[in-house]
Amino acid sequence: MSEPVLHVSDLRVTFRARNRAVTALRDVAFTLDAGRTLALVGESGSGKSVSSLAIMGLLPKNGSVSGGSIRYRGSSGRVTEITAASEDEMRALRGAEIAMIFQEPMSSLNPLFTVGDQIGEMLLLHSDLDAASRRKRVLDMLELVEIPAAASRIDNYPHELSGGMRQRVMIALAMVCNPKLLIADEPTTALDVTIQAQILDLMRRLQKELGMSILFITHDMGVVAEMADDVAVMYAGAVVEQAGAQELFHRPSHPYTRGLLHSIPRPGRAEGVRLQSIPGMVPPLHAMPTGCAFAPRCARADNICAGPVALRDFAANHRVACFHAEHGVAGV
Amino acid sequence: MPNMGWPVSEPLLQIRGLSKRFETARGTVHAVNDVSFDIPRGSITGLVGESGSGKTTLGRALLRLTDPSEGQTIFDGQDLNTLSAAGLRNARKRMQIIFQDPVSSLNPRLRVGDIIAEGLRAHRIGTPRSRRETVVALLEEVGLQADHRNRFPHEFSGGQRQRIGIARALALEPDFIVADESVSALDVSIQAQVLNLLLDLRERRNLTMLFIAHDLSVVEYLCDQIVVMYLGRVVESGPSRPLYSNPAHPYTRALLSAVPVPDPQPLRSRTILKGDIPSPLAPPSGCVFRTRCPHAIDICAQEAPEPVSVGPARQCYCKRTEDLYVPA
Ligand SMILES: Nc1ncnc2c1ncn2[C@@H]1O[C@H](COP(=O)(O)OP(=O)(O)OP(=O)(O)O)[C@@H](O)[C@H]1O
Ligand SMILES: Nc1ncnc2c1ncn2[C@@H]1O[C@H](COP(=O)(O)OP(=O)(O)OP(=O)(O)O)[C@@H](O)[C@H]1O
Ligand code: SF4
Ligand SMILES: [Mg+2]
Ligand SMILES: [Mg+2]
Repeated sequence: MSEPVLHVSDLRVTFRARNRAVTALRDVAFTLDAGRTLALVGESGSGKSVSSLAIMGLLPKNGSVSGGSIRYRGSSGRVTEITAASEDEMRALRGAEIAMIFQEPMSSLNPLFTVGDQIGEMLLLHSDLDAASRRKRVLDMLELVEIPAAASRIDNYPHELSGGMRQRVMIALAMVCNPKLLIADEPTTALDVTIQAQILDLMRRLQKELGMSILFITHDMGVVAEMADDVAVMYAGAVVEQAGAQELFHRPSHPYTRGLLHSIPRPGRAEGVRLQSIPGMVPPLHAMPTGCAFAPRCARADNICAGPVALRDFAANHRVACFHAEHGVAGV
Repeated sequence: MPNMGWPVSEPLLQIRGLSKRFETARGTVHAVNDVSFDIPRGSITGLVGESGSGKTTLGRALLRLTDPSEGQTIFDGQDLNTLSAAGLRNARKRMQIIFQDPVSSLNPRLRVGDIIAEGLRAHRIGTPRSRRETVVALLEEVGLQADHRNRFPHEFSGGQRQRIGIARALALEPDFIVADESVSALDVSIQAQVLNLLLDLRERRNLTMLFIAHDLSVVEYLCDQIVVMYLGRVVESGPSRPLYSNPAHPYTRALLSAVPVPDPQPLRSRTILKGDIPSPLAPPSGCVFRTRCPHAIDICAQEAPEPVSVGPARQCYCKRTEDLYVPA
């Protein structure tokens, strides 16, 4: 296989907060191959959004990459080491090659400009199109993402749109320059399920038509099952398991992944059967245990687990960071 | 254990023709419109529907935390509308709500012990010492520790704050609890802990519960009976098993088929609804679902559908139930 579109290894990100340094990402590693969808899953605070911001070169001012590598292979085949790229290089990549749909749609749409102006602005920055062609292209994009009556919606302000329509506008904004890599951070979490089904359907269709790679961030294992070719599971700032979607759901091998899959209510459950839950909670960033961060909640933990743990090849296209990894059975 | 054989006795709650409208600068919001259903004793009833469908408003109106525009709640045989102030106060003690937003519903300046004991103090129940004992017992019952009573809400995680909200609701030993999106903000591993706690409490205390949620898998796991709302109206209600395995209303079918299943199978064929939920300022005439319903015909725009029985204790509000619904 050719080099992946995105290859993240040993990524560390540190924040300075109140004279204290906290390590939000300790050991993030995953691989996204061309034309595929990699789901990055994990609970709140596990570091999904920080990972995506690091890839975009958009970490907040108090945060920085303190180790590891993010390699992006662009359309020309050229590889960029994002952790070492200049701000100019990043600006050229963002929008044109790598686009992002943010977790909070309202925070990334400017309330003072019409949706047409905001999408057009991307073309102004990244293309040579004149004003008329830009407007035409924006209209095409709004139609592509199935905004009803696109010709009149183009002059709407974000607050005049429903949540589902705003999310479509976000997608149009991200896709207008035909990016190679789309990072979608919880693009449907705030939406109702019937609207979510529309948006997921749209994203699958656009990926097929335009052939991009998608890093899809979510905490919903149902959405993962529907969208992902591959899955990377995060826990407390580290990727603890990566595998193909079938393999991950049917043979989860990290105790955390197994616990996660057992704690989801599934359709058609047996009467009277209780969900398994993972005892305890995620340790705070400033009090991470040494060794495996999951150890305090893990039924399999023993002395070895206090030692340094890293992702290792476990089976074909299946990597696990656990001393006691074993092929488990998911489902209840 | 789930009570499958109802109606065993008179339901604990009977909701009859309940409506709630809000007058706003932009017009009248029809938040809840002519809703009727029963909540059997000892059951957990799931109230589902998309954002803005009126779930929270219904929960508040049936407890009389807000005055309904029309309709009644009959609680244990008593019509809440006709009770005296003292009677209502007494009934309220037996009905509690766990609010949708644990952060804003817990007073940040009060210690957890005082938050949990608030209702006891307000109803002048017990002495300071007995109240302290009750608080400790409640904290332990919801899986927290006695010394947590001296801490403030911000010192707790989301799951722990939900537990505090649950302990507060239990303090007055209610018979009935409305749990409004009590697990929606929680991560799944923590959500499972809280769901199991609710099931334990129901068994231990013989609680009756209205569980409001938009996650249909969670509701299926927890609830004995389901009420599905759309744009302020009930579209279908009935025992969970048959409702999930063979939904009768076109909206219930679309809603269930939109739920992503945590199993990477080849995609199921599904009904993807077109468009958005209409504004509650101007709900469609007749069947409120007709603007998105793949089966809508002319008569659907006339008057609102009457309930049609589609099984024991099961109702479907669709004009075309007989054409469209195939009993299992
Ligand atoms: N600017 C910041 N300063 C300090 N800490 C931060 C900052 N941004 C994020 N963090 C911390 O980094 C960790 C990872 O946060 P992140 O937003 O990536 O989580 P997430 O997995 O996206 O969670 P969610 O599912 O809630 O969106 C958290 O503990 C968070 O508090
Ligand atoms: N105090 C109010 N004044 C005006 N409109 C209101 C008020 N409270 C609720 N509404 C409107 O009533 C409708 C129903 O709201 P409600 O909060 O009951 O929905 P919900 O089903 O609980 O939604 P969610 O799933 O988002 O919690 C919405 O259109 C809402 O905007
Ligand atoms: S009444 Fe008509 S519009 Fe409403 S659900 Fe039934 S078929 Fe659809
Ligand atoms: Mg995030
Ligand atoms: Mg609500």
